[in-house]
Amino acid sequence: MTSVVATNQTILVVGGGISGMTAALEAAETGKQVVLVEKNPYLGGRTVQLYRYFPKMCHPTCGLEINLRRLKANPRIQVLTLAEVTGITGTKGAYSVSVKLKPRYVNSNCTACGECGKAVSTEIDDEFNYNLGKIKAAYLPSNMAYPQRYVIDPSIIGTPDADKAKAACKYDAVNLDDQEETINLSAGAIVWATGWKPYDAEKIVYYGYDRFPNVITNVEFERLADPHGPTGGKILRPSDGKEAKNIAFIQCAGSRDENHLRHCSRFCCMGSLKQTHYVQEKYGDEGKSTIYFIDIRAIDRFEDFYQKVKANPNVTFVKSKVARITEDKAGNPVCNGVNTEGYIRYANAHDLVVLALGMEPAVKGVNIPAEVMSDSSGFLMADPANAGIFGAGCATNALDVNRAVQSATAAALRAIQVVNKVARAEA
Amino acid sequence: MSDLNQEMADRYKNNFLKEIEEQAEMGEWVKMCMQCGLCSGSCPTNFHSGWDHPPQEIFMLIRAGKREEVLNSQGMYMCTSCYNCYVRCPRKVPVTHVMHGIAEYAYRIGRAPKAQPTMHLSKTFWTNATKTGRVNEVQLTQSLYFKEGIGAGIKKAMEMQSEALGLVKAGRLNPMEALGMGHKCKDIKGIHAMLAKAEELEARNKAAKGKE
Ligand SMILES: Cc1cc2nc3c(=O)[nH]c(=O)nc-3n(C[C@H](O)[C@H](O)[C@H](O)COP(=O)(O)OP(=O)(O)OC[C@H]3O[C@@H](n4cnc5c(N)ncnc54)[C@H](O)[C@@H]3O)c2cc1C
Ligand code: SF4
Ligand code: SF4
Ligand code: SF4
Ligand code: SF4
Repeated sequence: MTSVVATNQTILVVGGGISGMTAALEAAETGKQVVLVEKNPYLGGRTVQLYRYFPKMCHPTCGLEINLRRLKANPRIQVLTLAEVTGITGTKGAYSVSVKLKPRYVNSNCTACGECGKAVSTEIDDEFNYNLGKIKAAYLPSNMAYPQRYVIDPSIIGTPDADKAKAACKYDAVNLDDQEETINLSAGAIVWATGWKPYDAEKIVYYGYDRFPNVITNVEFERLADPHGPTGGKILRPSDGKEAKNIAFIQCAGSRDENHLRHCSRFCCMGSLKQTHYVQEKYGDEGKSTIYFIDIRAIDRFEDFYQKVKANPNVTFVKSKVARITEDKAGNPVCNGVNTEGYIRYANAHDLVVLALGMEPAVKGVNIPAEVMSDSSGFLMADPANAGIFGAGCATNALDVNRAVQSATAAALRAIQVVNKVARAEA
Repeated sequence: MSDLNQEMADRYKNNFLKEIEEQAEMGEWVKMCMQCGLCSGSCPTNFHSGWDHPPQEIFMLIRAGKREEVLNSQGMYMCTSCYNCYVRCPRKVPVTHVMHGIAEYAYRIGRAPKAQPTMHLSKTFWTNATKTGRVNEVQLTQSLYFKEGIGAGIKKAMEMQSEALGLVKAGRLNPMEALGMGHKCKDIKGIHAMLAKAEELEARNKAAKGKE
């Protein structure tokens, strides 16, 4: 049985992405007890799946490393991975929370030596790489994964593969008898930071994501550009592995659309502008990017970034929401539409089309197991009725990392005030 | 040019957007358009040579107050009601219906071209269908076939003979309709009264608008 120390002076943080980690660290560094609950087997959330960050084009691992160092140095944070909050009862200052813990089948003895991975033969979808490839059923989710501990996929439990994994481990780290369990904890305040997920591309029928292999999403493109990704950082298109040098980016794929997501996802213009850098970086002047847009929303200080991309002769901007994607005989995706600057009809073939998908909340307001207010897109709203539950990061809005972290700090401050009140009452 | 056209132009002075909003069916949607171009890109008739302005451009022209350009355009008559734009528009603008609304308005104020084929079809259909409350398919087809003269009509009718016979056999076409028989609404008088009332109300509504 997993044991967790928690009282009404504890702050529970749900979601261990950049926002949840920030909130947990800010609170713990002021001396509060924090329990951080993360659904994945590792911390970091979606940012660790990015190749580089705008606006400075640094690697996300850098920011993550700093946070992990702060985390390891802080004894007041208890981290639960493969954990999901299933119920919240009580009120501000005295919540009772149930958390479901999934088995990892690997204990803290693990040195991440990798022998178990070599021993098993079953392969599963590589979720970290948005299923662009396959991995062994005993795996480390990513190089940077924290904790640095292997995971054995439940699908091989009870098969000879599981026994092979156990036999391969020299450190007695594999425990095939691990069971799912539910634990209950107390908390005075809750920071809800479950982040976002990309909009389901298949729903935008006229872009044919499910029909054309060379129509991919922005999150997949991040993995293609990453040297740790499934192609070793080469931008190769899925249908035939050809180098994709002429790439189209379709903005507002699913966002600003009454039939899909009503909101502007805010980061995706910058996301595509950033991704044109990847094309330039890999292929130099041979790499051509075309951005199809309604209007470019590079908000406030990002304007400079936009102007620089605009000045790049290898990047073309077409003011048009692409109406339809078709495929030519060579398997090239073709963007069809009307350029609204001059009303010129076009049918442009590209090597690869990247849909700049918008964000929706990973856990919509209605699915949060507590009384909370959310907007029409399901993002958590600040509301006095939420009392001691505070949203942070992309659970509250479509945000870039900078803004997500700001909102996480704000949420931590609010949570601290609640547990301070509890402490005064209990004193 | 008709008096109504001049009257409307005077009444709304330089505010063509307001004129469309108040006078054309669904015209109030024009300002919801965000000019993304999806409708124009989706429009199949955009390949047609007569198609001078796709929907998004019509909406832009309206907002820019280009009254003459819009009223002289063929765009709104070329719409085939395929509804591509309607289902895709990210602002949920009922593009198809707005296009028809503008076409109907242009017709009402005497600005529609005389020999516009889709308008001819609409008018013929309307007259035909409102007569008895049900469409008289035989007479409708006849009046469309013989539009270009007796010779052309007979030729067309011969071409379509086997289709027509198939429809008759399947019970989908009643040859007696040629003589004005066939299906009708039970209360034709009632239908006519209802349509007259609707027309009266609409005319009153539209006349009242823009006069305050
Ligand atoms: C293609 C793309 C490129 C981007 N590029 C940039 C960029 O260059 N620069 C930039 O600033 N921003 C960028 N962003 C935005 C950035 O990814 C987000 O701002 C950031 O991920 C927000 O972090 P978060 O912690 O709020 O959410 P997330 O990263 O989504 O983290 C949420 C965490 O909560 C966990 N979780 C979810 N549900 C539960 C649950 N029920 N219980 C427990 N845990 C749960 C998740 O597993 C995850 O670990 C990009 C986004 C995309 C899509
Ligand atoms: S579980 Fe054992 S074999 Fe697998 S990586 Fe960890 S220590 Fe190595
Ligand atoms: S940020 Fe840009 S691409 Fe994303 S929804 Fe807003 S306008 Fe569209
Ligand atoms: S699709 Fe809708 S919003 Fe876009 S241009 Fe057409 S009418 Fe306007
Ligand atoms: S409904 Fe009319 S305007 Fe709309 S796409 Fe079809 S033909 Fe074009």
